[in-house]
Amino acid sequence: MGSVRSEHSGSRIPVALKILIAGGFGVGKTTMVGSVSEIRPLQTEEILTGAEGADDLSGVEAKTTTTVTMDFGRITITDDLQLYLFGTPGQDRFWFLWDELSQGALGAVVLADTRRLADCFPSIDYFEQRGTPFVVAVNCFDTDHRFGPEAVSRALDLDPGVPVVLFDARDQKAARNVLIELVEYVARRQLASAGRR
Amino acid sequence: MDQDAGPVVRPYAMTQGRVAASGDFDLVAFVVATVPDLTPGVHLQPEHHAIVEAAWEPISVVELASQLDLSIGVVRVLLGDLRSAGLISLYEPPAAEQPHDVDVLKAVVNGLRAL
Repeated sequence: MGSVRSEHSGSRIPVALKILIAGGFGVGKTTMVGSVSEIRPLQTEEILTGAEGADDLSGVEAKTTTTVTMDFGRITITDDLQLYLFGTPGQDRFWFLWDELSQGALGAVVLADTRRLADCFPSIDYFEQRGTPFVVAVNCFDTDHRFGPEAVSRALDLDPGVPVVLFDARDQKAARNVLIELVEYVARRQLASAGRR
Repeated sequence: MDQDAGPVVRPYAMTQGRVAASGDFDLVAFVVATVPDLTPGVHLQPEHHAIVEAAWEPISVVELASQLDLSIGVVRVLLGDLRSAGLISLYEPPAAEQPHDVDVLKAVVNGLRAL
């Protein structure tokens, strides 16, 4: 991978890869970003104005703006390589932001809570449609593992091969292992598709 | 109480209402200033100066926005100005649709294992 140096300071310009952390509201996205990030999770904002949609705003006196906040964290792999983790905005009406986030992304982690599994359906649909590789990580807040990975995989009707892991989003090692699972899955897919060519 | 009313300056006022075309300046593109600071002759806003200062060492677009407490959209417009003026260089991440190199993926896994 060709890293370059900036002209003046000689600092290397790293290459950054994006991983998306998706899932329903309150499932632990921010917690997971926080437990593996080397920096305190930061927030960034995108401000939406009426101009974003195709709605006809004529006659609307007070145009409203909405602020969407995204959490992100960073992991330095080497001097030349960094991982950025983005917690995706939870609300469905911000899908267009996901388009930008998933552009060029390495893959995604879809967080699931077995008490309300349906909350992660929209994320799974989205990544399946876009062909973005993802793993499903079941955030076990308590020790009560009522469902195993196979049951979750069946309930979500996942394609064979899509990894499902149980973990605790608060645990740094566990969260890291989920990322490893994702990257290894991406590599397997890549090798398989190269073999088919 | 006052902050409940929202920012005094509307967010896009500092871009004179200009909105960046999306797709330019990826969130994880890196920005580096090409000059240590702006010459007084150049007519730019305080936010432009703040970006040049923050980008002396390479910094990603998303961290720049977060650090300066500006929205992504605003930062993109200001970066566009600075790039046109030749005051920053931009390094976009590898092309989006290109499959990720397996060697890079291995490096990522090794790096994560070492955490």
